[in-house]
Amino acid sequence: MLSVERLDVVIDSKPILENVSLEVGDGEVVAVLGPSGSGKSTLLRAIAGLVEPATGEIRWDGRNIASVPTHKRRFGLMFQGYALFPHMTVAGNVGFGLKMAGKDSIAREVEEALSAVGLERFGPRQIESLSGGEQQRVALARTLAPKPDLVMLDEPLGALDRNLRRTLVADTRKVLEERDVTAIVVTHDRDEAVALSDRLAVMREGTIVQTGRLDEILAAPVDDWVAGFLS
Amino acid sequence: MRRIRWGWLAVAAVPTFFIGYFFVYPLARILVLGLSELSIGASGLEARLLRVGWFTLWQAVVSTILTFVVAAPLTWAVSSYRFKGRRLAMAMATVPFVLPTVVVGTAFVALGWRDSIGAILAAHVFFNVAVVVRTVSTLWSRIDPRLHEAARVLGGSEWEVFKSITLPLLRPALAAAASIVFLFTFTSFGVVLILGGFRYATLEVEIYRQAVTLFDLPLAATLAIVQLLGVSAALYAYSRYQERTAVAWTLERGTNLKRPRGRTRFVVAAAVVGTLGALAVPLTVLVGRSLGQNAYRSLLTDDRVVGTPISSVWNSLAFALGATVLATLIGIMAAAVITGRSGSLSRWFDLTLMLPLGTSAVTIGFGFIIALDWPVDLRATTWLVPIAHALVAVPFVVRSTVPTLRSVPAATREAAAVLGASPFRVWREIDLPIVSRAALVGAGFAFVISLGEFGATSFVARPGLATIPTMIFRLLTRPGATSFGMAMALSVVLALITAAVVMAMDRARIGELGAF
Repeated sequence: MLSVERLDVVIDSKPILENVSLEVGDGEVVAVLGPSGSGKSTLLRAIAGLVEPATGEIRWDGRNIASVPTHKRRFGLMFQGYALFPHMTVAGNVGFGLKMAGKDSIAREVEEALSAVGLERFGPRQIESLSGGEQQRVALARTLAPKPDLVMLDEPLGALDRNLRRTLVADTRKVLEERDVTAIVVTHDRDEAVALSDRLAVMREGTIVQTGRLDEILAAPVDDWVAGFLS
Repeated sequence: MRRIRWGWLAVAAVPTFFIGYFFVYPLARILVLGLSELSIGASGLEARLLRVGWFTLWQAVVSTILTFVVAAPLTWAVSSYRFKGRRLAMAMATVPFVLPTVVVGTAFVALGWRDSIGAILAAHVFFNVAVVVRTVSTLWSRIDPRLHEAARVLGGSEWEVFKSITLPLLRPALAAAASIVFLFTFTSFGVVLILGGFRYATLEVEIYRQAVTLFDLPLAATLAIVQLLGVSAALYAYSRYQERTAVAWTLERGTNLKRPRGRTRFVVAAAVVGTLGALAVPLTVLVGRSLGQNAYRSLLTDDRVVGTPISSVWNSLAFALGATVLATLIGIMAAAVITGRSGSLSRWFDLTLMLPLGTSAVTIGFGFIIALDWPVDLRATTWLVPIAHALVAVPFVVRSTVPTLRSVPAATREAAAVLGASPFRVWREIDLPIVSRAALVGAGFAFVISLGEFGATSFVARPGLATIPTMIFRLLTRPGATSFGMAMALSVVLALITAAVVMAMDRARIGELGAF
């Protein structure tokens, strides 16, 4: 279980996150929903250990992980725009985390991860030969392959066109459910957030203003802005 | 039927004649002379070629490796972090690269490192660190930082991420920097001639010795052929490697630099200060030692050589002015020809003009003295010096003007033509104003190149009209502490003049310092 407690992040002396608290239970998928620039990506980066919090704590199963470096946290993060390694094949990308973990059954697990996202036999392909939708699936497979304790997806469908998004939302949800992963999905799109998650956390100007299921929030929004943003 | 453009042909004729007569023809004479020597098979020739060739090759390889080792910490710091004085640090690291090789050689003599392989390697590293820092950091600072972060999140330690992500992505820049440094050190002349003593000679130095000191022209020609083969092989290997490793990937538009935090701040500071401190040592010692013994006053009064040492400054400035005018005029004409027409003819023209860049200056100078006795004997004319310098500089003028000319939309010229401008008027009214700024950059390059040129000059300069570099060399090889002091003082003068020109270019914001 992940718990973020009163987290503050300051970058170049500008406060980006202020007093953010969030809990994600085992097997739960939480969507962090907010307009662009509200600090959603920074929250994921802080949890991954890519930015250092000014104050506050990040705990995993009750243990403070502040001193655990990024590569030992066993968290997965799918980047906005995917950040696929351009000099490696699809298999090289998907197998990277397995290689870092020192697994010896990399080829088989890569094939499994690729078939889970519907990309069987894509292993030898070059990244530049993939379509946008295929890149999204490779990035998802790369994030899931090492079986991380927590999966974080940053605008997983952001760069794709509308039709593709609709099919991929369903596919992504299915992959997350099959593996019963604990996950945080960051998005600015209400429908996407609802379709992918069990619970929403609405974020505005560096703070989480309300959490709950969509119907719960709509029934009792904390303010007009939340009501307006979600309607 | 296509109309023949006489104007185009007339403009094309000038650079064609220049390159043809002063470069292609002398090269052909070298080939004929050298190959005839090879066919005779003089005794001991093979062993000699092998010995000099082997030394040239291994010192170039070792120099290149050492340059990368020394440049690595500074390259890492300026590629990954944003800190106060970052741009200044880059500029300071570039100083040795813009210095004439004779000045670099003299600075290491001032350190007391003469006649040793260590001095040669150290001087090569000193001169070339900037090539690695600038070439590699340009790419490194633009790699999408999320690739690094993605690999970290996937469980890679800093070292594993560097090895499997950063290093492979840097391969094109590493290969480019390595081939530039290799070519510079493979064709190194001034540094090796000054620091190598009698024991160490690269092909360049051996060509000079055989031709100028021992007057064995056929052997010098054979050495020049070996040298050309070596350079061509290196260039070919590099272009093949580039084709093979081409990976299409997007770079960030701006740089993505972090502020260093915690312990990293000290490591970055140590890398920057340590490297710049080490680079400053030879120059500081040179300036310090030049201040003794009234060396600067002696520059004005000493007359044991033909003309006082200070006269070489006036000679050099006059030659540089001539070379600059010549190189700029021919370069602009060549650029007009290259951009005036598309098609294979202009591409071929472009390539031919770049050839002097891949040829060593010593080969150019050597070619002049064996070939320019036909149809009239030009070898005794004063003009050979600025012509040789212009030949070295023309590619730089062409390279700085062609991109600007290409950026002029065709519609602009067509509009002027429709409004009644003749082709020449179009060029004068549209192209010339646009190209003049770029041509100024090229002119600046030409001036700096001419001031520091030593390889070709050492063949063609007449004893009575020494340039600053040839005068420095003469003073260095003359016995006596006063001569040595004057060599150092004159080196400082040359460094200051070069720095002034480079700073003026930079101040006018007309060129990137490291646009090699």
